[in-house]
Amino acid sequence: MSSLFTAEGLAGLLFLFIVAVTLLGGLIATNSVRLPRAVSGLALCLSGVAALYYYLNSPFVAAMEMLIYVGAVCVTIVFAIMLADPGAEKRSGRQTALSGVLSFGVAAVLVWGLILLATSTMWPTLPVRVNDGSVKDIGRSLLTTYSFVFELISVVLLLAIIGALTLARAGRNKQ
Amino acid sequence: MNIESLPNSLESYLIVAALLFGLGIYGMLNRRTLIGLLISSELLLSGASLNFMAFSRFLAPDPTTGQIFTLFIMGIAAAEAAIALSIIIAVYRNYRSIDTEDVTELHG
Repeated sequence: MSSLFTAEGLAGLLFLFIVAVTLLGGLIATNSVRLPRAVSGLALCLSGVAALYYYLNSPFVAAMEMLIYVGAVCVTIVFAIMLADPGAEKRSGRQTALSGVLSFGVAAVLVWGLILLATSTMWPTLPVRVNDGSVKDIGRSLLTTYSFVFELISVVLLLAIIGALTLARAGRNKQ
Repeated sequence: MNIESLPNSLESYLIVAALLFGLGIYGMLNRRTLIGLLISSELLLSGASLNFMAFSRFLAPDPTTGQIFTLFIMGIAAAEAAIALSIIIAVYRNYRSIDTEDVTELHG
């Protein structure tokens, strides 16, 4: 434990803390009865994921994660909760303790299988990199290799905006 | 495995991503409101994105591929969240509820 106070040891400790925060946020998001608390848990979890992206050498994607997920998606969900006003999640008759146990079992089997797969596979060693994945390289790839997908996703986003507006307005006209 | 090699190993990221994915699956099966299902689907998508980012950092010859894929996942997730929330609001206007047990008009 003498190497804990070097830069690498502190980075490892911080990594463990971030992983704990991420999983705690995920637990809050899936288990809390009140929906505003679940959205706060989701924001905490996605902030942790953004910090993990920092560890993966991609600060641009981390900034986008904070901007799009924490800044836009979570706020939109909060607006929907305000408009729909669901209150506490009610426990109806068919919702028994058995369904919670069953869904936990399914998720646990999936996680166990994925972790076993991740730890038992012999991953190949790192090949020679053609670039270092900086923001400049991301921009170049977006405008050369992936330019068609880039255009396509802008069309998808435009259609999503129009579709969301149409759906929300149709409900209003009916009343 | 000691603590300073944790941020530099592929397996630790894959385990975190698997746990996030499992949390999302658990929420999808256990939640009873539509907004709860949407929150769980965001967890599923972020688990998948973390997997892509980890593979792109440790195994890919071109590290921009995974980052760009993650950016596209974010765009699709934002579009999906906007559409799903407007559907949820339309459902709430018609049924006065967003509980999945109440929206059963097509239930046989």
